[in-house]
Amino acid sequence: MSTAAIPYTVDARPDTGLNNVKLGIWLFLSSEVMLFGSLFAGYILLRTGNPAWGAGSELLSIPLATLNTIVLITSSVTMVMSWVAAMERNLKKLRLYMGATVGLGAVFMVVKSFEYAAKFEHHHPPSYSTFMACYFTFTGLHALHVLAGMCVNFYFGFPGAKMMQTDPQQFANRVEVAGLFWHFVDLVWIFLFPVLYLLNFGPPVSH
Amino acid sequence: MTDVSTHAHPETAAHAHGDAHLEHHQLGFWRHYVFSTDHKMIGIQYAFTGLLFLLFGFSLMMLMRWNLAFPGKAIPLLGKILGDTRMPGGSMLPEFYNQLGAMHGTIMVFLGVVPLAVGGFGNFVVPLQIGAPDMAFPRLNMFSYHAYFWGGVVMLGSFFVPGGSAQGGWTSYPPLSDILPTGQTLWILGMLFLITSSLLGAVNFITTIIQLRAPGLTFWRLPFFVWAQFVTSFLLLLAFPALQAAGIMQLMDRVAKTSFFLPQGLVVSGQVLKVSGGGSPLLWQHLFWFLAHPEVYVLILPAMGIVAEVIANNTRKPLWGYRPLVFSVLAIGALSFVVWAHHMFMTGMGTVMSTFFQTTTMIISIPSVIILTCLILSLWGGSIRFTPPMLFALAFLPMFGIGGLTGLPLGLASPDIHFHDTYYVIAHFHYVVAPGTLFALFAGIYYWYPKATGRYMSTRLGQLHFWPSLVFINGVFMPMFIQGLAGMQRRLYDGGASYTHTAHVLWLHKVISFSAWGLGLSQIPFIINFFWSKRHGALAPANAWDATTIEWSAPSPPPHGNFEVQPVAYRGPYEYSVPDHPGDFFPQSEPGPETVSPIPGTPHPAHA
Repeated sequence: MSTAAIPYTVDARPDTGLNNVKLGIWLFLSSEVMLFGSLFAGYILLRTGNPAWGAGSELLSIPLATLNTIVLITSSVTMVMSWVAAMERNLKKLRLYMGATVGLGAVFMVVKSFEYAAKFEHHHPPSYSTFMACYFTFTGLHALHVLAGMCVNFYFGFPGAKMMQTDPQQFANRVEVAGLFWHFVDLVWIFLFPVLYLLNFGPPVSH
Repeated sequence: MTDVSTHAHPETAAHAHGDAHLEHHQLGFWRHYVFSTDHKMIGIQYAFTGLLFLLFGFSLMMLMRWNLAFPGKAIPLLGKILGDTRMPGGSMLPEFYNQLGAMHGTIMVFLGVVPLAVGGFGNFVVPLQIGAPDMAFPRLNMFSYHAYFWGGVVMLGSFFVPGGSAQGGWTSYPPLSDILPTGQTLWILGMLFLITSSLLGAVNFITTIIQLRAPGLTFWRLPFFVWAQFVTSFLLLLAFPALQAAGIMQLMDRVAKTSFFLPQGLVVSGQVLKVSGGGSPLLWQHLFWFLAHPEVYVLILPAMGIVAEVIANNTRKPLWGYRPLVFSVLAIGALSFVVWAHHMFMTGMGTVMSTFFQTTTMIISIPSVIILTCLILSLWGGSIRFTPPMLFALAFLPMFGIGGLTGLPLGLASPDIHFHDTYYVIAHFHYVVAPGTLFALFAGIYYWYPKATGRYMSTRLGQLHFWPSLVFINGVFMPMFIQGLAGMQRRLYDGGASYTHTAHVLWLHKVISFSAWGLGLSQIPFIINFFWSKRHGALAPANAWDATTIEWSAPSPPPHGNFEVQPVAYRGPYEYSVPDHPGDFFPQSEPGPETVSPIPGTPHPAHA
């Protein structure tokens, strides 16, 4: 579509050592850090500012979250393998590992939706308490990121993989960048898991 | 390039020709004007949409000024058009006044100035000034514009839902904003669109400036305008997510009935609100101002950049203190993240917090003063050309000075007790963004118009635009200082007519309102000039102002891909009146010796 030859779309610029898309994704991720950082800062302010906070994590299922943590970490490994496949220009391997990455993302989403459904069944919707509000908002936003990552990965793994023949280096760069995003989404979960599920100091509250 | 074939499909064009120029000329209407990936067209889209929103936001204010000058009196003519839900019998309902106020602020900041200053000028000028063929991510750029556009549509659409648009001020403080009618939800959705647009735009700008600089164009050879856009982009990138988070929380409060911002036992209309409570209205203020204070610098830094370009060009000498200017703009960028709570002195956050934030606020005023001082000193000994851009740039200096200096008492916790939420605050920040930023943006339009169109704007109409605007804009904002010092509260539907302590300054409302309407009329010469000059303006050469920076070495208007040959930077951006060089300017991209104008206090690079 764009016809003007834009430099450093594929190769790194010598004095910065980066290609455009690599710099772009890191900048984008820095803004994502600020987004989730704002949410966590909000959580801290709400929790410390509220003497009647009570706990909340006992309403959540640690086993399911542990399962999901394992699923996401595994998907990060398969993501790296997809990148390796893209570097090796091995389409079959790419399809296998991208398929696995997307599939694991789907497993995460299914487990998450069971968790959500259970909360609503037990009458703990977002409006139940500030904790549940945080839980649903933070994990919901994270789930949207997982979904976005799945779409991108699916595209590169299947309909968009033909680019491996036409422009293998740029394709490998794109898979790498998609991988960086996927690892970031994984990392956010690594923060969300302890903060929402495990952190439970303070006096126990009876319900 | 005369073979403009109107029948060619964009798809066939894209496949048939590899040649950039040919393809550019064969793009269909939609690809060329609506779904363009060319940074220049996107810049023009941003600028044009931004100007329209500025006019619209200003119209809202002209409407409000009627009710402030003549509270409760029926407006001739308009009352019938706006209907009974807004103006029964032609006189304005308080709820409608609040809608106008909230939307005036939102539109001017997020849909007017930022898109024009960053989206418009940033897109059009930055790639040209750094000698790049386009932005780093052209399709992302197109997406940014469209996200902005649809954000604007959602905002405008909110006027037509039951209960009208947002009416909790542009700051949308909860708990009020949590319980307002549907328009507030649309405000949040619109903001999420605009935030997405700004974030992606910021990624694009930073990548472009770091990666696509022409050979030889080191960071210390960047025009100051590029530096200003660079820092601005970082502010957008890192500050906007805070409002994104806050917006999502407020959306949850409104849609999923959570209580992020609602305390326990909140009483609304005599009834205790049925929510879980336990939230904090202050959390919104912290997150909002964490964005909105850097946002103030997003509004002013590109303006300073434009003024620096115009001043260097029209004084025919290098900027005084290029390096201090750059260090100051970097310092402002960093410090702007630690001053936000000076907007919250009155929230009872305590003296320790207040002390911290008033100290950082005083510190950030230092680089701002350095920038203004450098720009004023740049005039010293120059052979000044009073072109239309220069008139606006010159007016920027004292106007921004007034705006900046009157901010100091607001940044100190104790005087702020008196000034908080008065007309003094309105006067202060409007001096920064209206005769400050907006004048600089006008300067930019007059300055780069020849680059975009190949023709100059009319000087005579430019003067006819400038002088009345300067008089009337001071007529609008200067009396507000007097009203504010007398203690007149802002955001009052009747302008404070029901309070006795401000009765003696009430008459100034009429002065202000007539000035505001006069200011509206003063924009007519600009509008005529803008369209008339496109066809009938005097033809401009590629280097329309005998300027030095790289954008002037491209043809006017630049073709797709911008430059016929890749420009190379041989020297700094402001080599005017170089001794022993013929002519009074030495373009950055013209081969020749590396001349460096002596900078007071810095060693000559050749000897360093």
